[in-house]
Amino acid sequence: MARITLDGIGHAYTSHPRSDADYALKPLHHVWEQGMAYALLGPSGCGKTTLLNIISGLIIPSAGRLLFDDRDVTRLPTEQRNIAQVFQFPVIYDTMTVAENLAFPLRNRKMPKAAIQARVAEVAAMLELTPDLHRRARGLTADAKQKVSLGRGLVRSDVSAVLFDEPLTVIDPALKWELRSKLKAVHRALDLLMIYVTHDQTEALTFADRVVVMNDGRAVQIGTPEELFERPEHTFVGYFIGSPGMNLLPARISGNRAYIGSNEISLGAAYPTLTETTNLQIGIRPDFVTLSSTGGAEVQVRRVDDFGRKRLAHVTLGGLPLVATVPLDMPSVGTAACVNFDASHVLVYQNDIRVEGVAA
Amino acid sequence: MMDKPWNNRAWLFVLPVLALVLFSSIVPMMTVVNYSLQDSMGVNNFFWNGDAWFRDLLDPSTEIGARFADALLRTFAFSAAALAVEVPLGIAIALCLPRRGWAVGISLVIIALPMLIPWNVVGTIWQIFARADIGLFGAALTGIGLPYNVTQDSVSAWVTIVVIDVWHWTPLVILLSYAGLRAIPDAYYQAARIDGASRWAVFVNIELPKLQKVLVIAVLLRFMQTFMIYTEPVVVTGGGPGSATTFLSIDLVKIAIGQVDVGSAAAMSLVYYIIILTACWIFFTIMTQLDRRRDA
Amino acid sequence: MRSAVSSKIALVIYLIALMLPVYWLINLSLRTNADIMSGLALWPHHPTLEKYRAIFDDPTWVHAFGVSLSYVAINTVISVAVALPAAYAFNRYHFIGDKHLFFWLFTNLMAPSAVFALPFFNLFYAVGLFDTVWAVALAHCLFNVPLAVWILEGFVGGVPREIDETAAIDGYSFPRFFIRLFLPLIANGIGVTAFFCFMFSWVEQLLATTLTSSNALPFAAVMTRSYSASGMDWSLLAAAGVLTMVPGAVVIWFVRNHIAKGFALGRV
Repeated sequence: MARITLDGIGHAYTSHPRSDADYALKPLHHVWEQGMAYALLGPSGCGKTTLLNIISGLIIPSAGRLLFDDRDVTRLPTEQRNIAQVFQFPVIYDTMTVAENLAFPLRNRKMPKAAIQARVAEVAAMLELTPDLHRRARGLTADAKQKVSLGRGLVRSDVSAVLFDEPLTVIDPALKWELRSKLKAVHRALDLLMIYVTHDQTEALTFADRVVVMNDGRAVQIGTPEELFERPEHTFVGYFIGSPGMNLLPARISGNRAYIGSNEISLGAAYPTLTETTNLQIGIRPDFVTLSSTGGAEVQVRRVDDFGRKRLAHVTLGGLPLVATVPLDMPSVGTAACVNFDASHVLVYQNDIRVEGVAA
Repeated sequence: MMDKPWNNRAWLFVLPVLALVLFSSIVPMMTVVNYSLQDSMGVNNFFWNGDAWFRDLLDPSTEIGARFADALLRTFAFSAAALAVEVPLGIAIALCLPRRGWAVGISLVIIALPMLIPWNVVGTIWQIFARADIGLFGAALTGIGLPYNVTQDSVSAWVTIVVIDVWHWTPLVILLSYAGLRAIPDAYYQAARIDGASRWAVFVNIELPKLQKVLVIAVLLRFMQTFMIYTEPVVVTGGGPGSATTFLSIDLVKIAIGQVDVGSAAAMSLVYYIIILTACWIFFTIMTQLDRRRDA
Repeated sequence: MRSAVSSKIALVIYLIALMLPVYWLINLSLRTNADIMSGLALWPHHPTLEKYRAIFDDPTWVHAFGVSLSYVAINTVISVAVALPAAYAFNRYHFIGDKHLFFWLFTNLMAPSAVFALPFFNLFYAVGLFDTVWAVALAHCLFNVPLAVWILEGFVGGVPREIDETAAIDGYSFPRFFIRLFLPLIANGIGVTAFFCFMFSWVEQLLATTLTSSNALPFAAVMTRSYSASGMDWSLLAAAGVLTMVPGAVVIWFVRNHIAKGFALGRV
């Protein structure tokens, strides 16, 4: 029941950070809104688990303030923060039954017995654990154990936030889908702030209302799944989200035209704000580059991957690698072909940051 | 774990061990069995004696039987006393040890040191330490007015032997428990903090269950070692005063070497060995059960 | 954490209590007998190394120290060498009687030395090994070999079986795999095992003294013998006692980083 504010939160594992590189998490401002589901997405070692542990209080940040609503909790111990967290590997209390495991966080907070029972039954029903309630938790499968861990995270209705640290790592792929949609449903039902750490973009994009993409200790973009797909603010986001990632090609820009070698590509906008001409790239999703037999920039086809519902061609344009979509009505692909860029989806980046265009 | 392949050639790997242990175990054991069934009239003049030694030994109304029963009882009492102190103390100290940092290595070296002192030297150390005239322990106890005297007073002798054993062997329980505690992933402690568990709840619900296996090993080893205790009491009390600290091993050696009563000693050895074997088997079964439950 | 300070205090108190008897021994070893008998002193006021010098000058002591170290070394090498293949076999294969055999070995680990003292005496006397370091080294195999098998089995279990299979696929012959690949993987375990064999052979005195008389008498036994011979030379006794702790302390220092795991016998 709270809004969580990160006010310049940063963390270094060395005691005297000297440069930016010493920070596992670079100082960050962000507000997590009540009732939303967020995903922290990024490769291993990007600082996402550090950020999560700062929120739960397992790590005290070396810089900045952490606010729950207006209360400063930066130095408050975990148990006083009113946070629930689910870990990567199942953590269960061996000696207890499933029901006792679920009740444990509530019993520690001296909730009345009847209320505990009702709440445990409710959470167990949501996670389909009801038949196992009176079994020893030790004897369960890894999947079921992780469900118990999830249940312990969700059982308290008064928490400020529920944090998930890659909770589906040990779960069987078939069950992953099911559990993820269950979590989504639980989120809607409980109206809690949830923060979900993962390195799996599908998981992040399907679970979250907002995704925070992290790289190298920095939050590079925060946005809806759609925004991340349509308008990556940073080349890393373009490359990391989507499979395959965005095409990024070094280019020269002049007016509403981009030049790659001798090829001219029209852009949906002009970029009069560009003063420097160095480190310019254009970015476009493979979905918006179409292959054709004639007309457009000439490319060499290296190979075609057939995914059944769509085909992607790996080509070279002026020596640069590029991925393009093969239209359904194009039966066979030779070694030489042409590509066309959808002008409205071509984005321009300078020093990896997206540059806003002006309607031409 | 469950799908080990069958391969009887593995016997070849075990052969050296088998040969060596057979040589140092079965051959002497046969001598003992031999002695236990015979009586001797002087050197190399043995005759068949059947189960007479055993009947005497196990009948508390005979002299040797009463002596054996007393020693057995004393030994069990000693094992119980030592375990009752060492196991809780060992766990408590293991919980106090830091999980990381420079202090860990030094603490562990200090803790392990008593176990690497030859057993008769352990006896000597305490023989000196417990003396009222030149030993700190004895002087301190008499100084505060306690009637402490290892050679005259059986309570003092008992307490001293138990204290020695605690000093000598609690480190084993500490090191085992510490290893067990270290093997608990951090996530368990973090989850417990988030679940709002008290320190006691963490101990009962996380640490103790995870320590189960090493504690079984600890109890087993400590039971066996206390049950066989010999050197320390011999040096410190010589089994006295009277026979207050004459444990089974000591009595056995007294009868065998002191009184050259080989028949009784051999019979006693066998009964002693069977008790050990039984206890061993119980512990062994518990341990394999625990293993299986963990693997399942 | 709130309990951090109190647990630190408890630990320090325990460590001090643990070291007091040892400290007292060192204290006495640095004083003369007259000084010791004149009253308690918490530290040596006129420390002297006289008794240590006496020990190092006496060939009996030096010889006995060498004897102790050699039977311990022989025993450690034998125990580890024979236990390695056996531990591998127990961990990796089923074979006829494996469980019974393992249990039988295990019982020898628990065999009371007192039971074996007399028959061992007869046995080694009969084969002419009495009063040699070999008698003690072999007698200690009784419990050290099963112990080594038990510890190593735990460590072998820590190496995934896939390694064996991969090596076989890569065309390693078994002996080459075992020596070149497998042994380095359980090097820690071998170190820990050697440490335990050293420890139990070094501290065991009942068999060691029963099986020797003069030639191969262990150091710690010479110490008690000299004590009874020379009446109450507390200072000499203390100095000799301190010296018996040195090899143990040196060995622990080398294994300090593996010590906790080691004492759990690779089974956590």
